[in-house]
Amino acid sequence: MKSDLVLQVGTLARRSVLRTLRQPAMVVPALFFPLLLLAVNSGGLQNATKIPGFPAPRYLDFVLAVCFVQGGLFAANSAGTNVASDVETGFLNRLSLTPLRRTALLVGQLAGVLALGAIQATTFLVVGLIAGASIQSGVAGAFVIAALALLISLGFGSIGAFVALRTGSGEAVQGIFPLMFAALFLSSMALPRNLIQQDWFRTVATWNPVSYILEGIRSLVITGWDGKALAYGFGSAAAIAVVALVAASSALRTQMART
Amino acid sequence: MRLGGLIQVGRAVGWRSVHNYFTNPAILLPGLLFPLFFFTAFAGGLSRVGSIPGFEYGSNYTAFVYGFVLLQASAFGGVFTGFSIARDFESGFARRLLLAAPRHGGIVAGYWVAAVARAVTTIVVITAVALITGMTVVGGGLDLLGLYTLALLVNLGAMLFGSGVAMRLRTMQAAPAMQVPVFLLLFLAPVWLPYELLTGWVHAAASLNPVTRFLETERSFLAGDPTQVLLAFAVAIGLALVALLWARGGLRSAERAA
Repeated sequence: MKSDLVLQVGTLARRSVLRTLRQPAMVVPALFFPLLLLAVNSGGLQNATKIPGFPAPRYLDFVLAVCFVQGGLFAANSAGTNVASDVETGFLNRLSLTPLRRTALLVGQLAGVLALGAIQATTFLVVGLIAGASIQSGVAGAFVIAALALLISLGFGSIGAFVALRTGSGEAVQGIFPLMFAALFLSSMALPRNLIQQDWFRTVATWNPVSYILEGIRSLVITGWDGKALAYGFGSAAAIAVVALVAASSALRTQMART
Repeated sequence: MRLGGLIQVGRAVGWRSVHNYFTNPAILLPGLLFPLFFFTAFAGGLSRVGSIPGFEYGSNYTAFVYGFVLLQASAFGGVFTGFSIARDFESGFARRLLLAAPRHGGIVAGYWVAAVARAVTTIVVITAVALITGMTVVGGGLDLLGLYTLALLVNLGAMLFGSGVAMRLRTMQAAPAMQVPVFLLLFLAPVWLPYELLTGWVHAAASLNPVTRFLETERSFLAGDPTQVLLAFAVAIGLALVALLWARGGLRSAERAA
C-alpha cells in the first residue's frame, strides 16, 4: 500500500521535473529576472547604504534575499501553468479513472517546482558569492537559505496549483502573477522596515509575511545566526505552504469529483 | 483612396484591439498593475533615499519615481501590443487580415491606436494615484505637454519594435524577445537614484543608455526645470524612425508568409 503511494509519487514527480526542466521558457526567466533585478539594484541602490542605520555596508548583501522570494513567484507560475495545462488537455480527467491517490498527484505535480527551486537557490547563492556577497552564517547558513528557498517555492507553487485547479485556466494563473508580485513589492524588499519613511507602507510591510521571509534570509547573510528572524522567516514560509497545500488539495478534490 | 484605405484599416484594427484590451482582464490587468506596483513600492518604500547626501531634485521623491513609471507604462503599453499582434498571428486572425486589408500600413497604425490606449489608461491611473499620494508637480502646462509627448514617442517606438518582432516570428513564444530588451533598457537607467549617484557597472551602462536621456528630461519637466529637451526628443524620434523601418521589414516578412 505504502509502496504504491511511493511509486505513484515517484512517477508523477519524474514527469513533473522533466516537464519543467525541458521548458526553457519556464527555467530561463525564473533565473534571469531575479538575477537582473539583483544586478540592477545592487549597483543602482548602493548609495542607499549611506542612510543612517542601514544594516549592511553593501546593498548587494541586503538585496540578495529578494532573489529567493522572486524565484518563488516564478515557481507559482510554473506549477500553476503545468497543472492548468493538465486540466485543459484532459490529463487530469484520465488520471481520475485510475486508482491514483490525490496526495500522490499533488505532491508529484509540485516536484517540478521543487527541482526548479533547488536550481534557483544554488544559482542565486553562487552568483551572489561571485558578485562579492558574504554570508555571515557561513556554509551552514547557505544550506539553511537553500532550505528556506525550497519552502518558499513549495508555498508559492502550491498557490499556483490551487488557482489552476480551482479555475482550470492557464490565463487565470498568469493573472495572479501581478498580485503575487504585489506581495513582494509591498514588503521590506528595498529597505529595512524601520527605515521605511511612509507610515502606511511600513504598516503594510509589517503585516506582510513576505517581509519576514526576506528578513529571515537576510539575517543569515548580514547578521549571522538570528534565531528570532529565522523563526519568523520559516514560520511565515511554512504557514503559506500549509494553507496553500490544504487549499490546493481541496480544489483537487473538487476538480476530481467534477470529472 | 490610398489614404482612405489606410484610415479605414487602421480604424478597424484599432477598434478591435482597443475593444479586446478593455474587455479582457487577462490583457488589461498586467499592463495596468505592474507599473502601479512599481510606483507604490518605490515611491512608498524607498522615499527615504530622497534624503541621502547628493540627491538633488527639484520636486519630491514621488515625482522622481513617477518619471520612471510614466516611461515604463508608455514602453510596456507598446510592447504588450506586440504580444497582441503575436497572439493574432497564432490564432490565424492576422493572416486573414493581411489577405483582406487593402492597405497593410493601416494594420500597424491600428495597433498603435491600441498601444496608445493602453499607455494612456495606465498613465491616467498612475497619475491619479501619484497625485493622491502627494506628488508635487513644479512644472507648468508646457512642461507637462513635453512630458506626455515624449512618453507617447517612447510608446510609439516600443510598439514599432514589438510589432517588428511579432510580425517576423508570429508566435507568442517571441514575447521574451520583445519584453526583455525593453525591460533591460528601462532598468539600466537611473531608476531610483539620480545618474550621479549610481555606482559601478550600472553607472557605465546608464551613461550609454538612451532611456537615461528620456528619464532625466521627463524628471526635469516635472521639476519645472527642463534640461536637454531637444536632445531627448531627437533621440526619441530617431529611435522611433529606426523602429519604423524594423516594423516595416516585419510587415514585409509577414506578407510573404501570408
